[in-house]
Amino acid sequence: MHTLAAVFQDIPVDLILIQTVNGIVAGMILALVASGLTLIFGIMDVVNFAHGELFMLGAYIGVVVIAATGSFWLAFVVSSLTVAILGAALQIITLRPLIGRDPLTTILATFGLSLVLQNFALWEFGPTARKVGEPINASFQLFYLTYPWYRVVIAGLSAVIIGGFWLFLKYSKYGVWIRATTQDRVMAQAMGIPVPWVYTGVFAIGAGMAAASGMLFSPLVGVNHTMGLDWVLKAFIVVVIGGMGNLGGSIVAAIFISLLESYASIWVSPSQAVIVSFVVLILTLLFRPTGLFATPK
Amino acid sequence: MTATPIDKALPLGKSGLSHSAIFWIGFCVVMAVLIVAPFVLPIFWAKFLTECLIWGLLAMSSDLLIGYTGMVSFGHSAFFGLGMYGAAGALLHTHPPNLWLAILAGLAAAAAIALFVAYFSTRLRDIYFAITTLIFSQIFYVIIFTWTSVTGGENGLIFSRPHFTIPFIVDARFTTTTMHWFVLTVVAGSYLILRRITQSPFGMVLQSIRENEARTRAIGYPVQTYKIVAVMLSGLFAGLAGVLYGVQNEFAAPDFVYFITSGDTVIFNVIGGIGTLVGPILGAGFFQLLRELFSRLFGEEFPYLIPLGVVFIAMIIFLPQGLLGFARRWLNK
Repeated sequence: MHTLAAVFQDIPVDLILIQTVNGIVAGMILALVASGLTLIFGIMDVVNFAHGELFMLGAYIGVVVIAATGSFWLAFVVSSLTVAILGAALQIITLRPLIGRDPLTTILATFGLSLVLQNFALWEFGPTARKVGEPINASFQLFYLTYPWYRVVIAGLSAVIIGGFWLFLKYSKYGVWIRATTQDRVMAQAMGIPVPWVYTGVFAIGAGMAAASGMLFSPLVGVNHTMGLDWVLKAFIVVVIGGMGNLGGSIVAAIFISLLESYASIWVSPSQAVIVSFVVLILTLLFRPTGLFATPK
Repeated sequence: MTATPIDKALPLGKSGLSHSAIFWIGFCVVMAVLIVAPFVLPIFWAKFLTECLIWGLLAMSSDLLIGYTGMVSFGHSAFFGLGMYGAAGALLHTHPPNLWLAILAGLAAAAAIALFVAYFSTRLRDIYFAITTLIFSQIFYVIIFTWTSVTGGENGLIFSRPHFTIPFIVDARFTTTTMHWFVLTVVAGSYLILRRITQSPFGMVLQSIRENEARTRAIGYPVQTYKIVAVMLSGLFAGLAGVLYGVQNEFAAPDFVYFITSGDTVIFNVIGGIGTLVGPILGAGFFQLLRELFSRLFGEEFPYLIPLGVVFIAMIIFLPQGLLGFARRWLNK
């Protein structure tokens, strides 16, 4: 007879540890995506539906640059910068005219953007997934698996980007501008901060971060025009659980959700493991609608 | 809301006829055109028109939330899909398949999940509501996509179209024309019911929630209950659209539960004009027509959503009231 204790004894410890590592790696990438999303929301009140598409475009531009030059790290830099510039342009064209209107209109506008970008990628690159080689081939032994170092590097690099961004917000002049705009945009404007350009800059930074995470993630699964949607959904969940506009909260939530999902996929298929994060979201909405880590206002 | 007396600017009110007489004359003219349409149109376009009406019903159901209550739902695909799968289940498990049972089952399925979604999502407002409904619809998509033994998974369910039956009186096979009339009857009926709802005291409370939620609550209305009922009503009509789509095309597929359908619904609303009920139907027709046009002009492979997406963004920026926005006040009088 299977008692609950017996069920828990059956769980292999090594599998748990492997899934922990996997969960943390996925969580760091998700944190990178979600921090861009939550930043854009926190400052501009814009829910960026096109964030997943910026992630996807980052990966595709990487594919193109790798094909031309063969260097993954060059592609990483080029795609982040290109998408950041593209993000700035898109913000100026579509979101700037909407400043001061109902925040819901910005959801609709970014949704339109996501449609255009996704279909552009489908048209330009076709429906078949592109493969990207891992830039680091070394691996180490993790129980019975040979675990690629590249995954560990991704997690580290994501942490470095997020950390660097945090330092930028905290100490640089433009970081102070951004934080001032978050606190009170009217007052910030009165103090001479060019608020519309802060918006554009923030959108560009968020877009660049999305592209960077897309590029880092691309060797793990391949690049495809719909890859953004899964990520943006997960990032939405993370951002709601972490508290909208709360950077620290969404990083913690990203790792929490990814760990849960990777543990769940020990027992069910990965596509069903997503339901676990949906359930966490529902529970959060029921008991802490402002997010688990929201600071009381 | 700014009180722009658009209706006074139009000569409509001064022609001697009362507002409601003009409305009913207009309604009858449009109905007459739609009734005659399948005789005039080639079979492809007749079917196209029927589908536009079904998409119109879906868009109209979502307008009750977007336009009248001020809640943008990105989860209407779930209600639509559940209506479709509910009908499919009833049609596959009853012999002979019964149309009315299919409608009942579809509505019951849609209502059940609408209650579930409404209970949780109405605790949140604005953007949070939009995201929550989106994520809920994805939950149902994942369940339907992976629960292969019941839903057929990726392949969906295929069934044959039930007969149109009224016990002891009629038992007729649907033709393209009678199917069109049936859909038209349901959509027109739904329009009249929805119009009645939006003009009822209940609908007035919904509109007051849209205009100022805090004040509506302060007056003493149980805002969340009203929102739950609004989401349920909206889900019910979306489910009805799903049933019709299933019966028209003789299949239920997981693609329709996917978030793209919800996105399209929102696009129909914005293009046609939110808060007008007829606008979203027009928007759905306009969207489908452009799509057909692009694929005819540039081939099937042409990514019609690129130009449509650009049109959509341009409309949000330059024409936020949509195609029928100018008639909004008049239509709601």
